[in-house]
Amino acid sequence: MTVFGSCPLPIFEHKQIVLGHGSGGKLTAELIDKVFRPAFTNPILDKLDDQAVVQVNGTRLAFTTDSFVVTPIFFPGGDIGRLAINGTVNDLAMSGARPLYLAAAFILEEGLAADDLRRVVESMRDAANEAGVLLVTGDTKVVNRGKGDQVFITTTGLGVIDGPVEISADRARPGDKIILSGFIGDHGMAVMSQRENLEFEGAIESDCAPLHGLVNVMLEVMGSDGLPTIHCLRDPTRGGVATTLNEIASQSQVGMLLQERAIPVRETVQGACEILGLDPLYVANEGKLVAIVAAEAADEIVERMRQHPLGGEAVVIGEVVADHAGMVLMKTEIGGTRVLDVMFGEQLPRIC
Amino acid sequence: MKYLDEYRDGRLAGKIVEEIHRIQTKPWVIMEVCGGQTHSIVKHGIDYLLPSEIELVHGPGCPVCVTPLEMIDKAHAIARRPDVIFCSFGDMLRVPGSDGDLFTIKSLGGDVRVVYSPLDCLKIARAHPDKKVVFFAIGFETTAPANAMLVWQAQQEGVKNVSMLVSHVLVPPAIAAILQSPLNRVQGFLGPGHVCAVMGYREYEPLSAQFKVPIVITGFEPLDILQGILMTVRQLESGRAEVENEYSRVLDREGNQAAQRLVFNVFEIADRKWRGVGTIPKSGYKLRWEFREHDAEKLFDVKEIDTLESTVCISGQILSGIKKPHDCPAFGKECNPQHPLGATMVSAEGACAAYYAYGRHLKRDKDDVKLTAISTGGPA
Repeated sequence: MTVFGSCPLPIFEHKQIVLGHGSGGKLTAELIDKVFRPAFTNPILDKLDDQAVVQVNGTRLAFTTDSFVVTPIFFPGGDIGRLAINGTVNDLAMSGARPLYLAAAFILEEGLAADDLRRVVESMRDAANEAGVLLVTGDTKVVNRGKGDQVFITTTGLGVIDGPVEISADRARPGDKIILSGFIGDHGMAVMSQRENLEFEGAIESDCAPLHGLVNVMLEVMGSDGLPTIHCLRDPTRGGVATTLNEIASQSQVGMLLQERAIPVRETVQGACEILGLDPLYVANEGKLVAIVAAEAADEIVERMRQHPLGGEAVVIGEVVADHAGMVLMKTEIGGTRVLDVMFGEQLPRIC
Repeated sequence: MKYLDEYRDGRLAGKIVEEIHRIQTKPWVIMEVCGGQTHSIVKHGIDYLLPSEIELVHGPGCPVCVTPLEMIDKAHAIARRPDVIFCSFGDMLRVPGSDGDLFTIKSLGGDVRVVYSPLDCLKIARAHPDKKVVFFAIGFETTAPANAMLVWQAQQEGVKNVSMLVSHVLVPPAIAAILQSPLNRVQGFLGPGHVCAVMGYREYEPLSAQFKVPIVITGFEPLDILQGILMTVRQLESGRAEVENEYSRVLDREGNQAAQRLVFNVFEIADRKWRGVGTIPKSGYKLRWEFREHDAEKLFDVKEIDTLESTVCISGQILSGIKKPHDCPAFGKECNPQHPLGATMVSAEGACAAYYAYGRHLKRDKDDVKLTAISTGGPA
């Protein structure tokens, strides 16, 4: 008979950057905490929102930057150019700002087809027009073949916050409702199915879209105190809805309780995730938002969102609670309860 | 979605849970063999719907968890070579060996790729005739046919630059080893649905008879698992010990015979080391001699790599059902999915990782949750 022993490993520390450091999950957070934050710490940065809100001569400005390295550069429902515009517009919009101006920096790989670059740029132009922002400055660099991956784009955005809007990830309070604007996981699964040449019945398209119009209609709902009722806003990109809600729970030091059956997932996305062993709650979105709002206003906000083309499936998916601070729990469809943790690194397909 | 929603129906789940509560009179310890079942149990919160006297323990059926450290070190030695493209299922990439994981090797310039099917390696090999393409063939009987197909096709089509590092293990010898342990507490098993979809369940009948334990071959959706538990408890309460098939929509007693023929054409039974457990005789597969040209262990100079596992974490005892993740002092502290101390924390299917991700908060208020679930007849 075999003696059942034990099976230990040394604690594992990464001495190099690994892909997981860019996943938006725990490894990314660790990198920010151990490398970036100590170097640059200041009260604005330390809020760790997706944008900085600064005051200049009495005007509140929202300021943000984001890099885009998606492969493939063209995918169903979008491309790297459209993503670069909307991603930055959305980071501004999540502070309640009116996005105004963008800057774009391009890192091009030697050998990139000029036609592909033209397609990307035209798509950026169209996306900027749709979002009502101007691209006002930029930069271009070219690197040797093999030192980049076709094209990397960094966009920086500037917007103005009008009125008494106060939105930040540390403002969730017990009793608040959690609103999701629509189907989750579309973008991540669209890119993955294109990248891996996986063919699913019924194409999955990226949800890439600018969200400031939707945020505008949400901001119109005032509370009994005459102030806007949105406390936190995030677009759940890398790491998905689960990671975004964990960030808010942790920064606000509150718990959350979600209802699994309320969370909208398209059948094609659910199916693709089942096949690959992925969880749609951790898959990236590029045209969705989660909002933490005062309970009294939740129904009206959802009602208004549903009138907007990007909020047709808006729904309350749970609430903020005082228990289990920093932790997101979910009531499952069969009545059990599970913890939704932050994603660790890359979400990996399971073996079987 | 169709074929899934039916098996996640809260109302039906509530009825099965009620029936389990109604018939259970004694405490029982039941092991779910598969990592996929463990994953589903914690993902859906199934264990907290059960009577507190029914204890689920998580078996050795997580392929990533039981692959021995030594084999991972061999894989890493091969993956570091500049002439190699190393292909693996996704969750193997984060399993730490003695010095880093495959992600680290990739970050240092190794060509490490995730494949969704072993046959993808053939395409990669044809596209890179100057490289040696090595597939890390791990898993139970479930993955064996697809893995076997890779070398079978490579040989048929004369693709020389494909090989496999084989670390295949089998479920029945592991169940036998658990039952023979003097520390064994397991009284009934949820048998491995997908393994039996390939192999059928004939080979579980002598185990059930010899050790007088119920084995209910069970699927992976919440209703499958609850039904499997109900069938196991029924047997235990009535003193029966048989093999029953809960997963009849997928498998029968004989299994997939075409797949079995392929597996036995390519592999033969061999002794295998299990991580955290040690060597179990005749508990795995190795490539047959006819396929030696595709055997990575023979092609690359890794025979002498022999890593000893130390004795800090208790994952061996967790894999064999003697202890639970909460019993480990390191659980959720020094040991978490970001910094796994042991195999069971590495894969999402590993008992510790599954507990960490889904079950951490609930370890002590089981009865409250159970009562809520019953009083509402299922989901809230």
